[in-house]
Amino acid sequence: MFSGPPPSDYFAIFGIEKKLALDVEDLQRRFYANSREWHPDRHARAGAAQLAYAEAASATLNDAWRVLRDPVARAEYVLKGEGFNISEQRGRDVPPELLEEVFDLNMVLEEARNGDAAAKAEVARALAKFERILSEIDSARDGIFVAYDAAPGRDALSELRSLLNRRKYLQNLVRDARAALV
Amino acid sequence: MSLFQIDFGDEPKPHKVVGIDLGTTNSLVAFMDLTAPKVIPGVDGSPIVPSVVSIPEHGEPIVGAAAVERLITHPDRTIYSVKRLMGRGVSDVQDELKLFPFHIAPGSEMVIQLSLGGKRFTPPGISAQILRQLKKNAEAYLGEPVDHAVITVPAYFNDAQRQATKDAGRIAGLQVMRLVNEPTAAALAYGLDKRENGIVAVYDLGGGTFDISILKLHDGIFEVLATNGDTHLGGDDFDNLLLRVALEDIAAEWGADLSGDQVAVQTLRRAVIEAKHQLSTLAVTTIAFHYQGRAYRREITRDVLEKLITPIVNRTLGPCRNCMADAGVTPEQIDEVVLVGGSTRIPMVRQAVRALFKAEPHTELNPDEVVALGAAVQAGILSGHVHDKLLLDVTPLSLGIETMGGVVSKLIHRNSTIPATAAETFTTAVDGQRNVLIHVVQGEREMVRDCRSLARFDLKDIDPLPAGMAKIEVRFLIDANGILNVSAKDLRTGKLQTVEVKPSYGLSDEQVEAMILESFAKAEEDFNERQVREARVEADRILNAVDKAKGDDAYMELTDGERALVDNSIAELLLAYHGENHHLILDKLEALNKATMKLAELMMNTAVRGALKGTKIDA
Ligand SMILES: Nc1ncnc2c1ncn2[C@@H]1O[C@H](COP(=O)(O)OP(=O)(O)O)[C@@H](O)[C@H]1O
Ligand SMILES: [Mg+2]
Repeated sequence: MFSGPPPSDYFAIFGIEKKLALDVEDLQRRFYANSREWHPDRHARAGAAQLAYAEAASATLNDAWRVLRDPVARAEYVLKGEGFNISEQRGRDVPPELLEEVFDLNMVLEEARNGDAAAKAEVARALAKFERILSEIDSARDGIFVAYDAAPGRDALSELRSLLNRRKYLQNLVRDARAALV
Repeated sequence: MSLFQIDFGDEPKPHKVVGIDLGTTNSLVAFMDLTAPKVIPGVDGSPIVPSVVSIPEHGEPIVGAAAVERLITHPDRTIYSVKRLMGRGVSDVQDELKLFPFHIAPGSEMVIQLSLGGKRFTPPGISAQILRQLKKNAEAYLGEPVDHAVITVPAYFNDAQRQATKDAGRIAGLQVMRLVNEPTAAALAYGLDKRENGIVAVYDLGGGTFDISILKLHDGIFEVLATNGDTHLGGDDFDNLLLRVALEDIAAEWGADLSGDQVAVQTLRRAVIEAKHQLSTLAVTTIAFHYQGRAYRREITRDVLEKLITPIVNRTLGPCRNCMADAGVTPEQIDEVVLVGGSTRIPMVRQAVRALFKAEPHTELNPDEVVALGAAVQAGILSGHVHDKLLLDVTPLSLGIETMGGVVSKLIHRNSTIPATAAETFTTAVDGQRNVLIHVVQGEREMVRDCRSLARFDLKDIDPLPAGMAKIEVRFLIDANGILNVSAKDLRTGKLQTVEVKPSYGLSDEQVEAMILESFAKAEEDFNERQVREARVEADRILNAVDKAKGDDAYMELTDGERALVDNSIAELLLAYHGENHHLILDKLEALNKATMKLAELMMNTAVRGALKGTKIDA
């Protein structure tokens, strides 16, 4: 303990195996336990080397907690670790099955923003639909998580990446629609 | 061998670490007493030291209640609300300068220079005077030197403001073990006797700053989920508003504009503050102002006050909503709301908090004291006295670097738990380039010009290579104080890379050092007093050791003459102990040490013999 650099891998710093499906409550317990061990306040009276270790270990732990507790950030972390470029293309291409929908939405968004009641109803209807698709995507994502954990493979990751791209696109739509409704 | 060196099984005495609330209006010092934190009273019996410093023509600066009196008699030599100027440049504070009676010297771009009575003072230098007073109060009360402190800062303070606070501590001769965010400290103080688990919001409206923090409590862990605020919002704003209204009123009534007359303005300021305080408990009161034989009296109702301050109170609500959004909680999920800061005594403020969080706010702890109490708990954590609690705080502002076209690339996002780190690799743009300049900013906006410049880091002495070949990894670490540390490594060689820091605001290390030296020269008497105290602490230690040794079998092995010499030396030491000459105490200490030399050796031999026989001797 306190010699050599602390683990830089987010799963390793929690002392768990790399998994896409995680029990976030268990993760939180580990986060608190490790914080009690590593937080610099616990080493305030120690020597410089130990303090530096504590600082580096908690900094990584804090970042790992922020990333791993969120399913999307966690998936992106794993994708990146496996060599997938996650910033490329993200959320730019319109998912083909949504083309028509998005076109219609763009037509009424501006009017809704200006307070047009009929347009608002239209946007609200689209919003409900997008939110439904979003939750479908999330269930599909959880399915891939479990499948990948059982049998890790690049196909699953490729599928995951395109799923996350679609999710990102939808999320932007949902955000725009919500903004137009307030 | 001497008794000093024998381990009697006592724990080495850890440093006493005090907790300090260095407020805009009021400052306090507290310590961890056995199991509970306690505030430390000053000579006047009150723990509250008004954050006011007056520089008399001759003699030492005057701090606290005595300086408050001088706000009226010597407005041009008396500084209040200096916290508003900490870590700022002159362009940041144009608005407040209109209201402050003191003058700013030229050359205040990086650090404000206050010009008082022909001398110049910086905000950290003035804050150090307040800290020195608190340190003195603590030393007098605890009867021992105090050199270590935890100091609180508004959660929304940026890097420069935090650094300025740390500098103030150093100038005052304090090792600042930690800066703690004020609302978090308050939560620590409340957590002592409150729930162990749940979500808590802390709403802190003081004299100059507003903070909101949302925390998750979990078996002694205080995890801050998000924080927000405004470092320029507080009771001062209510005062300024009332002052302006009263000045206009007087101008109409007397046909005289008093706004340029500092004595009049400060006197009137005190009158409106008094009225404001009264309206927290009364429905109606009078602003009473006497000046140069004339009297101004104006009745004011709570209703009118509330109408006036509504826009300012409402300015606290936006940060509260953003904080909840960042924390990912709704008002319904918040179990408790805690009120901190003197301005939360205003019924309308309480009403606004109640309405927003849909909960009855806690006011059991004195809002003036709760931050200092929490700082003392944190001091207890750091000195190892408090084991079951741990604070996990966040950075209030995003940290980024300037990229092409003046765009900010964010490296560490706001509300990241600290310590937080990010690494970025830099390279050169032209062949043989030796330097890379990195501009670090703090803030939430996309463009550099809309954020606050934190510092420029110059990566120097890069090996000359073709463009793009050098690979320098720069590590940004925001430490537990919320202050940025930067280190750089040449990835090709693995060597540490030289980084020169050019902070955008604040004192340089050399300036701080110079101020520390200057303060030592001034604090000659302080120093003597302190040496006496330290000598006494040393004497206590050796007297205790001798007392224990007297119970040892070895003591009986001494001759009667040797024992008499020991007793004699003790008596002489005690005599010196109650005098004010630290040299004498140290001399007598040395004499006692000599007189007990043989005793120490005998005890050591017994211990060694015992150890050789395999029996353990406990002292
Ligand atoms: N009874 C009261 N009613 C209204 N405001 C009050 C009352 N008591 C104190 N205040 C205000 O609270 C502010 C000081 O609060 P405090 O928490 O000590 O501030 P700080 O942390 O900025 O030093 C001042 O603006 C003061 O006028
Ligand atoms: Mg305060």
